[in-house]
Amino acid sequence: MSDKLFEITTAPISVDEVSRRVSSPAVGAVVSFAGIVRGTNAGRQVRYLEYEAYPEMAESTLAQVADEIKARWPVEKVAIVHRVGRQDIGDTSVVIAVASAQRQGAFEAGRYAIDRIKEIVPLWKKEYFEGGEAWIEGPEKPPKTEAKR
Amino acid sequence: MRGTVKLFASLREAAGRSEIEWELADGATVEILVAHLQETLPRLEEWANHAWIAVNRQYASFETALQDGDEVALFPPVSGG
Repeated sequence: MSDKLFEITTAPISVDEVSRRVSSPAVGAVVSFAGIVRGTNAGRQVRYLEYEAYPEMAESTLAQVADEIKARWPVEKVAIVHRVGRQDIGDTSVVIAVASAQRQGAFEAGRYAIDRIKEIVPLWKKEYFEGGEAWIEGPEKPPKTEAKR
Repeated sequence: MRGTVKLFASLREAAGRSEIEWELADGATVEILVAHLQETLPRLEEWANHAWIAVNRQYASFETALQDGDEVALFPPVSGG
């Protein structure tokens, strides 16, 4: 078991375990989000998904998402764990836990986190469905350039 | 100068490999590196023009100048969650 706040892992993940990573005596509210592998997509019967990450960049980009959250809402801690590798229908692919002294802002922060993950964190899923397989590509444009030279 | 390129998801499959060493003259940009990769790996051609770029794990662009030791990554639009 890990206590990392931002983690890419091949191991199964749970809301309870990730929520514990952000709990402390200063915390009066933890809002959690779990992304679950769905059995249908675009009218297809999904058999399973295969997730891939650029692990080092994904973890640092998750930390960036948490920094963006802390600049907008008064939250104490954010933890985000994303699982990679093969995942079956009903498996938990991502867990977000947002801890704050009080509940204000925590719900919005959790929603912001999953939206940003889908926009900028280097993760991809390949769908294996009845009769084929296909990479799912996000509709987003690339994030603005950060590398300065 | 030299460095590495990492490929992910559909680009990794198109290239048939996940990592490539690069060696280019000083002053080269990501654009020059991508053109070079497309020559040596023709199967990358249709993919690489739409790729997202990272240099040393930060988002970059085709105009970004490379430096010795840089870790460049090319990948399709992200689809996590």
